[in-house]
Amino acid sequence: MARVVVNVPPEAKRGEVIEIRTLAGHPMETGFRRTQLGEVIPRDIIRTLVCTYNGVEVFRAELHPAIAANPLLSFTTVATESGTLEFRWTGDNGFSATEKAAIKVV
Amino acid sequence: MITRRHFLLLTGAAVAMPVKAQLPANIAEIRKAALTEAIGKVVGNSRVRQGRVKLDIPPLIDNGNAVPVSVEVESPMTEADHVKTIHLFTERNPQPYVLSVQLGPRAGKARIATRARIGDSGDVTAIAQMSDGSFWSDSVRVIVTLSACLEEGLI
Repeated sequence: MARVVVNVPPEAKRGEVIEIRTLAGHPMETGFRRTQLGEVIPRDIIRTLVCTYNGVEVFRAELHPAIAANPLLSFTTVATESGTLEFRWTGDNGFSATEKAAIKVV
Repeated sequence: MITRRHFLLLTGAAVAMPVKAQLPANIAEIRKAALTEAIGKVVGNSRVRQGRVKLDIPPLIDNGNAVPVSVEVESPMTEADHVKTIHLFTERNPQPYVLSVQLGPRAGKARIATRARIGDSGDVTAIAQMSDGSFWSDSVRVIVTLSACLEEGLI
């Protein structure tokens, strides 16, 4: 299971814009590199990251081989209500990882 | 009356033209075309205007394997006027695509940050599509001293 980390403030004021940072452990193999024997190393990357806030999609990113290994993505959302943020990464070779973070809106 | 200088110019031009045409298209042109095509796929026939988008990337990159990039777009991010998508392209990578994200009014602010691989010195371009369908962009010319993907001997 891939190691993923998300950073979401545990508490926020209603209507406040919060910054979310996500990091996933993944080599992001580009598919353009070769071994010393000249064989192409097949592509193995994370293709998408979707973030849902209480079931509603608030952010979606499509990643390409030009994203560095261990992809970091930071974005913002409005703290509307208390609940959970769910993050789902999907990629090549059936890669899938999920993470949840709770937020309390006061 | 043809002077010697005139004659040389004419023959020179005649000789140079076909030679130039026979040269294989070099890699820089191929990649430029790939970038243009990739941008064309995103924007279609719309006009891309400069402004509103702020692409933040160091102009001098020591290590192209992990380059911090952030894009911020001026927008009130309301239901009526918000940023729909942000696309990021590079000129000199094997593929021009880097990242595309979909935002909405719930983002609150149109600001994203990530780390990219940059293959070689060239332009990095961010294009944002607003909810009214207009496209805005910003480009930064970067210099890369250590390229990403050096070990594979690309090109």
